[in-house]
Amino acid sequence: MNLLEVRNLTVTFGAVTAVDNVSFQIAPGETLGVVGESGSGKSVTAFSILRLVQPPGRITRGSIVFEGHDLLTLSEREMRQIRGARISLIFQEPMTALNPVMRVGDQIAEALTVHGMASRTEARQRAAELLDAVRIPDAARRARDYPHQLSGGMRQRVMIAIALACRPPLIIADEPTTALDVTIQAQVLDLLRELKARFNLALLLITHDFGVVAEMADRVAVMYRGRIVEEGPVRPILRSPVHEYTQNLLAAVPGKHT
Amino acid sequence: MPLLDVRHLVKHFVRTHGLFQPPSVVRAVDDVSFSIDEGEMFGLVGESGSGKSTTGRCILRLVEPSSGDVLFRDENVLQFSRARMRLARRDMQIVFQDPYSSLNPRMRVGDIVEEPLVIHKLGDKSARRQRVQELFELVGLEPTHLARYPHEFSGGQRQRIGIARALALNPALIVADEAVSALDVSIQAQVVRLLIDLQERLKLTYLFIAHDLRLVEDICSRVAVMYLGKIVELADTTRLFAAPRHPYTQALLSAVPMLDPDAPRQRIELDPASFDRNAPLREIEPAHWAAV
Repeated sequence: MNLLEVRNLTVTFGAVTAVDNVSFQIAPGETLGVVGESGSGKSVTAFSILRLVQPPGRITRGSIVFEGHDLLTLSEREMRQIRGARISLIFQEPMTALNPVMRVGDQIAEALTVHGMASRTEARQRAAELLDAVRIPDAARRARDYPHQLSGGMRQRVMIAIALACRPPLIIADEPTTALDVTIQAQVLDLLRELKARFNLALLLITHDFGVVAEMADRVAVMYRGRIVEEGPVRPILRSPVHEYTQNLLAAVPGKHT
Repeated sequence: MPLLDVRHLVKHFVRTHGLFQPPSVVRAVDDVSFSIDEGEMFGLVGESGSGKSTTGRCILRLVEPSSGDVLFRDENVLQFSRARMRLARRDMQIVFQDPYSSLNPRMRVGDIVEEPLVIHKLGDKSARRQRVQELFELVGLEPTHLARYPHEFSGGQRQRIGIARALALNPALIVADEAVSALDVSIQAQVVRLLIDLQERLKLTYLFIAHDLRLVEDICSRVAVMYLGKIVELADTTRLFAAPRHPYTQALLSAVPMLDPDAPRQRIELDPASFDRNAPLREIEPAHWAAV
């Protein structure tokens, strides 16, 4: 059974249709890469799943079935129990996503206490374990740091630790490595891959970079102007794309094509 | 004779930490030397903080270097007077990364492209207007859009406006500082094609500063890799990508995501203890330099 099934999702911003009749599904433990350029609707799709689209944006059609429940029919209160606990989100810019005046250990602990998954002392303990799991050296001491004391790569690891805290079966990562240098990106991607295997995580990976998709994804959906124009297993799509837009997009990617 | 010859370029930033603490020195550019031949597309790559952008700015004296020589057509631009430097800037121009912050939002784009001609007092009003029209056509913009404002253009079009402005004075050298990094990949490919086209048509020479190794591999003839203010490796692009010699270059290249899911991946982690940071660049084989 699929963990997540998005059917005929349509999101409009006034007269503009940002996401147009989009359907896809993710099985437990699977990584789906959603690729597209600016304005293709990939991020809006991701935010819709968590019902985080801000007005004037509106989900006008479709269903989002997660673990057997249509998220679009849940109350806001029920939705809060899903966000962070069953589906968590990793943003592109860790500096703006983290609270600058709160120690990173406390931010991880908060993810647990908010959902009633741990007492405060347990949560502190778990926070240090999670920092260790995302390979932050000297985790117990680092837990007392504020975000500005950490490098970009370390901050993104903290974001991943927060996302992992409640052991959700699904993580949505919106351009998780775009702001990072290439060597740091490689480390964060390696880490995500390792954690996925260890916790059997499903990953919805939003990216503009076909290279990242090739490294990480089992399947890929290519978005263009709000629609999925091509979707399927990674290898055939990268080797012999069928849709003209995918072909052009792949041809535009710099570097040696083998 | 190379068009540009950079020798032992150094830029130190001094940071003060209050009254009772000694100031510290950041060696942003730390003894950098390289040269670029006429008509060449020379790549300068590195990660954040490697000093690649500061190097580009030092060459144009947008940032004043601490020491070293920058020879342009055999003349040391670092010894130029202000007036002489202004003249020299006709020959050396820069295209910036961010097409949103590098164009004045309150000026019409035609005026933005014309401004260098006004500052350098070239031609009368109608000759300048004529030239701006030509420049718009040259970079693939509609000359009928001259009276529009920057916000009416997309990122790729704005970058074309920045390129037109850089070309206004007929420069020989363009420093392209992450000039296409902020663009979507299909737009990026178009702007890159424009840069290459201009290189051939106008015999332009580029210092192409970038963090995207795949792009540099595609378009540059030679490439220098910077790490913590120093060039650690410099070679023909094909050679450097096929057989990197410096541990940092090896780690950097191994980190680049590849389009083939089945390509053998061997991540090389950088061990800073595995090499001497102060090792000088030496020629390990003809035209291939590495600090090993």
